[in-house]
Amino acid sequence: MNIKVSTLLGACAAAALCTAATAETITIATVNNGDMIRMQGLTADFTEKTGHEVEWVTLEENVLRQRVTQDIAAKGGQFDIMTIGMYETPIWGKQGWLVALDDLPAEYDVDDILPAMRGGLSVDGTLYAAPFYGESSMVMYRTDLMEKAGLEMPEAPTWEFIAEAARKMTDKDGEIYGICLRGKAGWGENMAFLTTVANSFGARWFDEDWKPQFDSPEWNEALTFYLDLMDEAGPPGASTNGFNENLSLFQQGKCGMWIDATVAASFVTNPNDSTVADKVGFALAPDAGKGKRANWLWAWALGIPAGTQKVDAAKEFIQWATSKEYLALVAENEGWANVPPGTRTSLYENPEYQKIPFAKMTLDSINAADPTNPSVQPVPYVGIQFVAIPEFAGIGTMAGQEFSAALAGQQTAEEALEKAQALTADEMEAAGY
Amino acid sequence: MARAVNTQRKAINTAAAWTVALLIFFPILWTILTSFKTEAQAISDPPVFFAFDWTLENYGVVLERSNYSRFLWNSIIIAGGSTILGILIAVPAAWSMAFVPSKRTKDILLWMLSTKMLPAVGVLYPIYLLFIKLGLLDSRTGLVIVLMLMNLPIIVWMLYTYFKEIPGEILEAARMDGASLKEEIVHILTPMAIPGIASTLLLNFILAWNEAFWTLNLTAAKAAPLTAFIASYSSPEGLFYAKLSAASTMAIAPILVLGWFSQKQLVSGLTFGAVK
Repeated sequence: MNIKVSTLLGACAAAALCTAATAETITIATVNNGDMIRMQGLTADFTEKTGHEVEWVTLEENVLRQRVTQDIAAKGGQFDIMTIGMYETPIWGKQGWLVALDDLPAEYDVDDILPAMRGGLSVDGTLYAAPFYGESSMVMYRTDLMEKAGLEMPEAPTWEFIAEAARKMTDKDGEIYGICLRGKAGWGENMAFLTTVANSFGARWFDEDWKPQFDSPEWNEALTFYLDLMDEAGPPGASTNGFNENLSLFQQGKCGMWIDATVAASFVTNPNDSTVADKVGFALAPDAGKGKRANWLWAWALGIPAGTQKVDAAKEFIQWATSKEYLALVAENEGWANVPPGTRTSLYENPEYQKIPFAKMTLDSINAADPTNPSVQPVPYVGIQFVAIPEFAGIGTMAGQEFSAALAGQQTAEEALEKAQALTADEMEAAGY
Repeated sequence: MARAVNTQRKAINTAAAWTVALLIFFPILWTILTSFKTEAQAISDPPVFFAFDWTLENYGVVLERSNYSRFLWNSIIIAGGSTILGILIAVPAAWSMAFVPSKRTKDILLWMLSTKMLPAVGVLYPIYLLFIKLGLLDSRTGLVIVLMLMNLPIIVWMLYTYFKEIPGEILEAARMDGASLKEEIVHILTPMAIPGIASTLLLNFILAWNEAFWTLNLTAAKAAPLTAFIASYSSPEGLFYAKLSAASTMAIAPILVLGWFSQKQLVSGLTFGAVK
């Protein structure tokens, strides 16, 4: 009898039998990014290990944000796991909308998660979402055009150098533009980039009393620099360019440099899509000599909404999808270049992964980002390319529209800053700051 | 001479009609063309029209990644169900308004239409909460009801207009011959108004098929129709236009085919009573 019980327990410990008895179907909301699509393709491995089935709901990024916010606020319970970002996680965690991930087993090795990622997804030291992939921003440049311009890209360039290189690389008749930068309005579009530029120029969104700072000379300097640079060395119609538009321009060989998400490195070096795959170099995001680089920090993470009936199964999934074993599984199936980057220290210690040309620069960029001290001056908020308060999405997008209009030549930098200052002050006052 | 002028005018009219038709159809044509391009060709500048390497790769990827038949089936049930339910409710309503109008009929018609004046998002949250309470979230039944309610004013208005064209004397004659109310509606009115009912049915089926606000907001995995299928191919980081176009083409293909086969019915219904 005892033998039978212990045998059964042994089988349970091996997971398959016991979990199969309580197999659940969990629903996961996600976005249509390469890493997420690969995860969907590998779900069979999770089902095999745990017995749980997975239903995927893939949504457009803005629709996803709206849907998950609506569902979590109304306790609709439509999703057991949500793909959320570094902006939502601390806000929702604080509001009690997410299940704390504070009981992850030892073999998950939570300490292996990159400190910047863990910090950005935690509230008071408690992790509320596990990073599925992380990114910073960096300079991607055409090595051939740089050579032609007679310049050499330093590993850690200054804005001054970037501006000089951009102007020298530009050949508008030949449709080569020295630099491609985001211009499309949106808190996660042009404002993500512009906020990092502002940080590096010593500007900040708010002072310690939550007073908006668009009227500061630092913001003026940062925005004027961006507008002048884009005017002289940017592509036409840049005010409607976001990540995908610039990616396309770079892949077609029309950009000398592109400063954007580190995750773009795998796209621009992929010879199937990129005409310049073998001519791309990487460098840290620039600085203005003030001690802060213009690089952001972002993670797409998996969080469990409070109120789901399937917390255990959801946790099992998150442990599977953000584990070291999952990274190895992707490497085995799709190669190391396709492993979701930017989440675990051990990945960057792996000699196989170190061979990837952009691995080191990605890690260095992530490590150089500090969400609690984003600017040279002290700030009352957390977040580098965003401010982790619920009002930011609205304010950021409205300010982004003003800056995008300035890039389109519809107003001056001063006018844009003045309007951004006024509307931010109004919104913050209405929000009770 | 007169014949020459006539031919010339006819040619001009034909050319103008084709130009307008092509202009209207262009976005769909462009979507279909893009679906056969590679992602790089889909966003190339200057754009390529026909001189590209035609590929079916996008369709392969979309079919492999998504359960197309499930989305399609959900679309058919939701669009079909809401339209049929709407017609069943609207025929008696339009009958009473057209043939036994009261002092307030015009007001009621306008009041019904006024429900369409509120942007849908205005009632999203109340309906969402109601659906949670009733357990209708992510269910086809819930969407059939909501889409039926959304389109009901249009269905009633359209049917009312068609019924008004039918002489009341015919119905009166049927009544004198001893037809009951039900017989009058089913055997006399409905057959006479078939072109009108058919075009109402088709138009509302198309409206429900393309409805992308409620279908995206009230569904998740189980009841999601083709609108959700299309939306899932937009990507914040990575090129997606070709695959999105393939998904869009697959989503509109059934309705395009339906429209093609029923265009005669649709046109005759929509111009019903136009020439008097």
